[in-house]
Amino acid sequence: MAATTRVAPSGRGRWLRFWGPPLAVLVAMLGLWYAVSYLLLDPDRRFLVPPPHEVVRVSFLDPYNLEELLDALWLSTRVAFIGLAVAIAIGTILAVAMSQARWVERSLYPYAVLTQTIPILAMVPVFGFWFGFGSFSRVLVVVLFCIFPVVANTVFGLQSVQREHHDLFTLHGAGRLTRLWKLQFPAALPSIFTGLRISAGLAVIGAIVGDFFFKQGDPGIGILIDRYQSRLQSEQMVAAIILSSLLGIVVFWLFGFLARRVVGSWHESAGPPGP
Amino acid sequence: MDVLLPPSLLAFRGVGKRFPDGTVALAGVDLSVAPGEFVSILGPSGCGKSTLLRVAAGLIPASDGMVRVATGKLGYVFQDPTLLPWRTVQANVELFAELRRLPRDERRRRATEALALVGLDDFAGHRPLALSGGMRMRVSLARSLTLEPELFLFDEPFGALDEITRERLNDELLGLYLAKRFTALFVTHSVSEAVFLSSRVVVMSARPGRVLDSFPVPFAYPRPAGLRFAEPFARLAGEVSACLRLGGGSA
Repeated sequence: MAATTRVAPSGRGRWLRFWGPPLAVLVAMLGLWYAVSYLLLDPDRRFLVPPPHEVVRVSFLDPYNLEELLDALWLSTRVAFIGLAVAIAIGTILAVAMSQARWVERSLYPYAVLTQTIPILAMVPVFGFWFGFGSFSRVLVVVLFCIFPVVANTVFGLQSVQREHHDLFTLHGAGRLTRLWKLQFPAALPSIFTGLRISAGLAVIGAIVGDFFFKQGDPGIGILIDRYQSRLQSEQMVAAIILSSLLGIVVFWLFGFLARRVVGSWHESAGPPGP
Repeated sequence: MDVLLPPSLLAFRGVGKRFPDGTVALAGVDLSVAPGEFVSILGPSGCGKSTLLRVAAGLIPASDGMVRVATGKLGYVFQDPTLLPWRTVQANVELFAELRRLPRDERRRRATEALALVGLDDFAGHRPLALSGGMRMRVSLARSLTLEPELFLFDEPFGALDEITRERLNDELLGLYLAKRFTALFVTHSVSEAVFLSSRVVVMSARPGRVLDSFPVPFAYPRPAGLRFAEPFARLAGEVSACLRLGGGSA
């Protein structure tokens, strides 16, 4: 029938096309890393940038060192997720309140912005002073770090409903709650997920950087990085940085996955599916 | 004095609308629509046609005059199908009955019936995103039909569709009109659409909008699709167009 035919790529071809480019970049970065370790640095200065296989050997193949890293990673992950959950809960409540009345929005929004503008890290010693150096202060830092995108995107989403949709609900006698639950909230989901993705990344950063500044209490990844740096344990320092980046990527991916599951079937913003 | 007038389902008496920003959208609109009538409103862009519908539906108040709507069963169809993209076609059609708190079985029954009426029973499980523009508009019509409105307000429902789809939907709409016997107030930009559908065509002036003239359409229902090419149809459409041009601005 058709003059030209296109052959759909086979399973392996598609796999390669999907994972090939990022893998190539990874290989290039590893190559650059080796080049810096072995070509740029003299042997006695090689500890500044230890080569990848040394990082793996010292940090991941040594059970004691690995356990230390994983314990810290687990602690930071927990702080990040608890903080994110609290931020989502409080942020959503605030956003719903703001979407209900202009005066509420005008009263609260400036303070939501304030969470972005005060130097939260400078507040870390203050929180420690007030609330101690336990999980409460750490979670508090994470909440302050990541609440703004939740509030901003949820408010935006709740207010993004078309006038005609509101008209329909008005014509058929819908009350505030029905309107919120059956119209505004579902309509807001795509932008809520956009906010969640940003917030989730910030929560991880908040947990690790907050930890770095606390310098006390049970060690999370941040404290470990600080400690390794002061002891010149560069292999473990690099490993800690890699782990925290991986955590960030996993969390970002997790929320992308959730977004596709929830809104992917009806909204194109959810992003392309995997291979 | 109302005793002398024919009973109307919808009546505007000297209706004016001024918006807070100073725009005067309507000035002294007099129009009444009798039960069973199909009245189209034509007018230049921005003449307040949509505002008139929104006032009729009670979505916004009139600034002057009075509006009387003699039924609580109102259907409103927008140019945008206004479907909820996260709901399936079936759930979209059930929406109004759901908002009116009808029992689940009842709203399911009504939705199924309405979907069959617009020929979309096979698409009940689809999401709106998967449908064409014409199909979405049919779903929108079906959704309104579930509440069996006595008065239908149409705000350029087919304005965004291509001509072939628009004419087919015009035919289908007349089929529904004859089957359900509702009363219609239909805003459009298209002279031929107005003449083809209506028992009366009303022409409005440029802003501030008021009624310029009214043309009874003499063709009997049901109207065959070929009527659009008949000579009397063309003549009437020509008269309406001339009136529109005199009213200032093109439709």
